[in-house]
Amino acid sequence: MNQQIQTQIPTTSARSVALEVDHVSVAYAEGKLALRNATLKLASGSICGLIGLNGSGKSTLFKTIMGFLTPLEGTVLVEKLSSREAQKQGLVAYVPQSEEVDWNFPVSVWDVVLQGRYGHMNWLRQTKARDLEIAKQSLERVGMTEFKYRQIGELSGGQRKRAFLARALAQEGKIMLLDEPFGGVDASTEATIIKLLSELRDLGHTMLISTHDLDSVGSFCDTVALIANRTVLEYGDTKTVFTPENLMRVFGGAPSHPKN
Amino acid sequence: MDFATLLTTLTAPFQYDFMVRATLVSALIGTVCAVLSCFVILKGWSLMGDAVSHSVLPGVVLAYILNIPFAIGAFVFGLLSVVSIGFIKSRTRIKEDTVIGVVFTTLFALGIVMMSRVSSSVHLSHILFGDILGISDSDIVQTVLIGGFTLISIFILRKDLLLFCFDPTHARSIGLNTTFLYYALLTVLALTIVAALQAVGIILVVAMLVTPGATAYLLTDKFERMLLLSVVSSVLSCVFGTYISYFIDGATGGCIVVLQGIFFILAFIFAPKHGVIAKNRERQRQQLEDRSEFAVQSADD
Repeated sequence: MNQQIQTQIPTTSARSVALEVDHVSVAYAEGKLALRNATLKLASGSICGLIGLNGSGKSTLFKTIMGFLTPLEGTVLVEKLSSREAQKQGLVAYVPQSEEVDWNFPVSVWDVVLQGRYGHMNWLRQTKARDLEIAKQSLERVGMTEFKYRQIGELSGGQRKRAFLARALAQEGKIMLLDEPFGGVDASTEATIIKLLSELRDLGHTMLISTHDLDSVGSFCDTVALIANRTVLEYGDTKTVFTPENLMRVFGGAPSHPKN
Repeated sequence: MDFATLLTTLTAPFQYDFMVRATLVSALIGTVCAVLSCFVILKGWSLMGDAVSHSVLPGVVLAYILNIPFAIGAFVFGLLSVVSIGFIKSRTRIKEDTVIGVVFTTLFALGIVMMSRVSSSVHLSHILFGDILGISDSDIVQTVLIGGFTLISIFILRKDLLLFCFDPTHARSIGLNTTFLYYALLTVLALTIVAALQAVGIILVVAMLVTPGATAYLLTDKFERMLLLSVVSSVLSCVFGTYISYFIDGATGGCIVVLQGIFFILAFIFAPKHGVIAKNRERQRQQLEDRSEFAVQSADD
């Protein structure tokens, strides 16, 4: 059964490819497949929405792109480098979903943003002028300068997202993976974040965004990857792929999805 | 009682060499434990600390039988418990807390059995409850070396360890070796436990590794300040615990840990932001605000 249907290559393909996931399968330790034959491409300076149910393979795909899991088959290339090499160089920046973060942890926004620079520092993590400058610019970019010294738990939902976005910017990676960036925020905050993400895209940043929020996908994602049953069903231009029929295949009539 | 007599009474403990030594050594142990406790509680490893500390007992008895420094036996069994826990967890469906419970009680029980077989040694009971007043010169050297090594290691790795506690996924994604950090933190945990056994013994050592950090965590939202407050409360507990134990002729380890508990209770009640009183006041303020807002709205209607 071949569920892999590749539609036309995204319009952004004229630009260089930032991420290439080519027929990748990943297995759990016990041998069961966590991801099978997944393929998608992400052009530099574009936003790709990753849409699928929980347990459909989204987080496995993220972990594979970050180099945490080794594919059984296929290749993952980040800027033409293997995901392991990309991991060593810190090329993939990960923005966690809110539930993953311990908001009571005694760190400030500034501490978090500087953590984005650790990969660029020596092993003692000594902060150089360049690190401070880039961290400062990253904070400015997301409009969080005035909250620099706040403990992260004192921030509003939108500010929390922006703080971690600033960390990803400070990391200066080649692609950003955003895990449910609209989880638990209200509609106006979501609009602000979308505006910010679009601005970052226009500056040349490449983003892969996992989301449940179907309403907003059409408005700001250049491409869409639909993921179900542990594989990428389809990916391509939003207007071609993001259709009611395809969404039915992802969300409707799906058999039970074992937990990821 | 006039002032001079009072002074003589109060300074009496320090006329004894063993009291001065005990106070200094307990302050050092308190410092090392306090620093590590900040990482332990932020990582959520309190149970792991309990596990490692209990698991060292068979190692200590074995070292006694083989006549080698007990720190070596303790350290080996501390690490053995950690490795066994990791191994069993990865190969069964049993949850981690259960695995920890099974492993450390088994090792501790084994130690008890071994201890009862070499019953002649009074020395070994000191490992269970601590014996800082009777600490030998070679034990002091051992404690200073282990404590110094632990403090230096944590100082060098502090930023990476803190990031590892806060966000291991990010740490890994920027190329940090999180497996190394995991074992580094466990190793210093095991070493600190070995160093602290002298003061409070196996059974109470987990308190030294958890309570100061927990107290400090209630008092501040800044990590550097948390470290400082943790060390202050821990050293005060160690020094005064040793001091008080002289007057009441009670177990030193017990006195130290009770004082740490008192510091925790004080922080729990009076902490400026996260204490019970502050939280109650905040809730009342919130309710008043909501009510007045409601009143304004009603007036508008």
